[in-house]
Amino acid sequence: MRAIHYEKLNETLWRSELDNGLSIYVLPKKGFNKKYAFFAANYGGCDMRFKADGKWVDTPAGIAHYLEHKMFDMPYGSAMNRLTGNGASPNAFTSNGITGYLFSCTDGFETNLRTLLEYVSTPYFTDESVEKERGIIGQEIRMGEDNPSRAVLTGLLKALYRTHPVREQIAGTLESIALIDAETLYTCHKKFYNPANMVLCCSGDIDPRTVEDIAAEMITAPRGERYIRDFGEAESLLPDRIKNVREMPVGIPIFMTGSKMEYVAGKDWTRRLITAQLGCDLLMGTSSPLYADMYASGLINGSFYSGIMDFPEGAAALAGGMCAQPGEVMARICAAAEALEAGQAERERFGRLKKAVMGGLLAELDSPEDLCHAHAERHFDGALPLEQMDIVEGIEPEEAVALVKELFAAERLAISEIVPPGGEA
Amino acid sequence: MGGIERKTVLPGVNLSCVYTDKFKNGLFSAYLMRGLNSDDAPKNAMLADVLRRGCTEFPDMESIEARLDELYGASVSTVMRQIGETTAVGFSSFFADDRYLGGTEKILESAVSLTGQLLLDPATKGGMLNSDYVRSERDNLCDRIRAAVNDKRRYAVMRLKELMCADESYGVNPLGSLEKAGKMTHVSLTRHYRHILEHSPLELFYCGGAEPGRVEAAVLDAFAAMPRGETEPCDTEVRIDCGPMRTVNEKMDVSQGNLAIGFRLGEIMYNPNHAAMAVFSAVFGGSPVSKLFLNVRERMSLCYSVGSSLDRHKGIMVVSAGISPSKYDAATEEIFNQLDKCRRGEISEDELAAAKKYVASGLRESADEAALLDSYWLSRRVDGTDCTPEETAALAECVSAEQVIEVAESVKADMIYFLSGEESGQ
Repeated sequence: MRAIHYEKLNETLWRSELDNGLSIYVLPKKGFNKKYAFFAANYGGCDMRFKADGKWVDTPAGIAHYLEHKMFDMPYGSAMNRLTGNGASPNAFTSNGITGYLFSCTDGFETNLRTLLEYVSTPYFTDESVEKERGIIGQEIRMGEDNPSRAVLTGLLKALYRTHPVREQIAGTLESIALIDAETLYTCHKKFYNPANMVLCCSGDIDPRTVEDIAAEMITAPRGERYIRDFGEAESLLPDRIKNVREMPVGIPIFMTGSKMEYVAGKDWTRRLITAQLGCDLLMGTSSPLYADMYASGLINGSFYSGIMDFPEGAAALAGGMCAQPGEVMARICAAAEALEAGQAERERFGRLKKAVMGGLLAELDSPEDLCHAHAERHFDGALPLEQMDIVEGIEPEEAVALVKELFAAERLAISEIVPPGGEA
Repeated sequence: MGGIERKTVLPGVNLSCVYTDKFKNGLFSAYLMRGLNSDDAPKNAMLADVLRRGCTEFPDMESIEARLDELYGASVSTVMRQIGETTAVGFSSFFADDRYLGGTEKILESAVSLTGQLLLDPATKGGMLNSDYVRSERDNLCDRIRAAVNDKRRYAVMRLKELMCADESYGVNPLGSLEKAGKMTHVSLTRHYRHILEHSPLELFYCGGAEPGRVEAAVLDAFAAMPRGETEPCDTEVRIDCGPMRTVNEKMDVSQGNLAIGFRLGEIMYNPNHAAMAVFSAVFGGSPVSKLFLNVRERMSLCYSVGSSLDRHKGIMVVSAGISPSKYDAATEEIFNQLDKCRRGEISEDELAAAKKYVASGLRESADEAALLDSYWLSRRVDGTDCTPEETAALAECVSAEQVIEVAESVKADMIYFLSGEESGQ
């Protein structure tokens, strides 16, 4: 294991790659009671189509999430119960890009880590168990359908993108999950849950070498392939549709506007994401004149937010919240973006915003969960959190201004609205 | 570490500090403690938001936010917490520990000072709170009250509490009613503000790596001007008994049904054993090792989500579940069946051990997060106890099956509330 020490921050990051390709990160936290482990596959909601043995394979929407639910089944019973019985709080989630399995505990870390690594590496499905899960996931999907914040985001992504799988719900639909059976789950586990496509991140008062030893002992599968994944056709940067409106029982209309961001691979991607975030903060963050004006006039309230959402091979710049006049807010944002320049006042604000981003990175260091999740996500694509401090330092106001002007140019924007039944937006 | 240092720094102003070197950030909070009632609820709910809009030195949002960016992205958030029938209203500030920034800025002093200014020295017009700020935050509050329906699960629990505790403070929506919120003016809010500033206990909390003297000096400097009169108590009424179980169904255009069942904790509230209550909750429904989770969700697939939560201050437990409306009978029957099992002592050694571990490690983990310590110690302040998370965890580890059964036997169902779609035939 290799240690990288960050003197100023008094933090050490340990990293290692096993012979079979499994990557490991450990961030020791002296004095913490909580020990946290996060084991993730580079396989998420956006993975619906991949190339194996020269052929393209299509899988139903919601497959990665369904697999996540079924991974807890073991020949001995439920891995969830084994972990909770040993004092751990286990959980799992599927994002657009990854599927992560995790636990936190205060005692019995080594035993729990073995249990985690074992169950995630052991596919054990039967037609009956897969069938039984359909009801639970169906309820989860229906619960998501009643969630207006989710609906407004989906509406926007469906307007922006024509083919990128981020258009689909991570959990799929009742129709798509009906197509999933034990065999599909076995195939996807075999293809994507191989050591080279996975990462283990741990944090807490733990010994890095013990983590590495346990991983080497438990993860004995051979290095697998990293398959070519299809995230849709190359799309124009213009939205596919301008507007999506949906009626739902909401107390106040909700909207979200936004645009597509052009993807670049590697560390430049992280730099571009941070630059875009800084640009959004400069244009309409809480310390901007635009935010203050819109808030003071009652056009927006504290629910207004803006920022960047990233997913495999793409990202969207977003702004939204509860609002009775979304068209007016969108027009104000466009006008402010058009007028934005890197003048004296903006440069001063930009300097402060960079300080705030640095403070945010420092805040992340107090959360073992956030640290582990960020390392896992960025391991597969981008720059690690502790590397981001230097990236932030180097970003110039002109870059952020140019990028955000482009992202919030009128022709690039789509809008999604959720309105009360019979209500006019 | 883990211990708390408490000190009354001014009359009715209590400072609680957790000093630890393990964090790279500090947290400071300030809460005025008020009783919950329907007239004051909307005033308390919007007051911190109005104060957060501006103070004399930083008179508008833009200047406050610029100051916070300057302080390395420090935050000052408005907070309203419910602890039984007590409302804590104020600010919580989270900021980088200046030792890791390499600069000369004193972030702690600046953050404490800004919090103090927001609370004590608001932007005024003609001696009153700024009427523009009051009007816009009143509109925002009305929007928040209307938006409560957006989250159906929380909405169902809120409706249950309103209906079940209709003649108790607990049944008051902490945001207030739309009608009362809409009538708020800068005159009535200014009067309320002056009154509660003078007559409420103020609870201050710090967690971080600064040396003790430094925090107290910063606090004395920032809160010296706090007006102090006789403080008004805020207590929680506990009802031991309830009548026969009531059932309420409401309709809304939703695809999933949301079930909420309210219980009174009964006679055990005469002399509550908090550790036993926490372990009972983890055995019955408040954890992933609970009977509700393992049976109603996992074994019988009756719902996607099910769980119970227990308010130890008020002596109320709520079970909530997202279910398909066709499963209403099966789900409610199974929830009561699992409670009966607890009452009959059908709790295996493994179940009890897992529940105790769950409670104990949750408490120990809370010592790793400043925000959790803030709410942990505020809640202990209301109880008047000084047990650390570690001590509370050790108490949970000693709970016996008999003590859990005793809690289960004392629990009484008061009301079943069900929210479902218009056309579902429940």
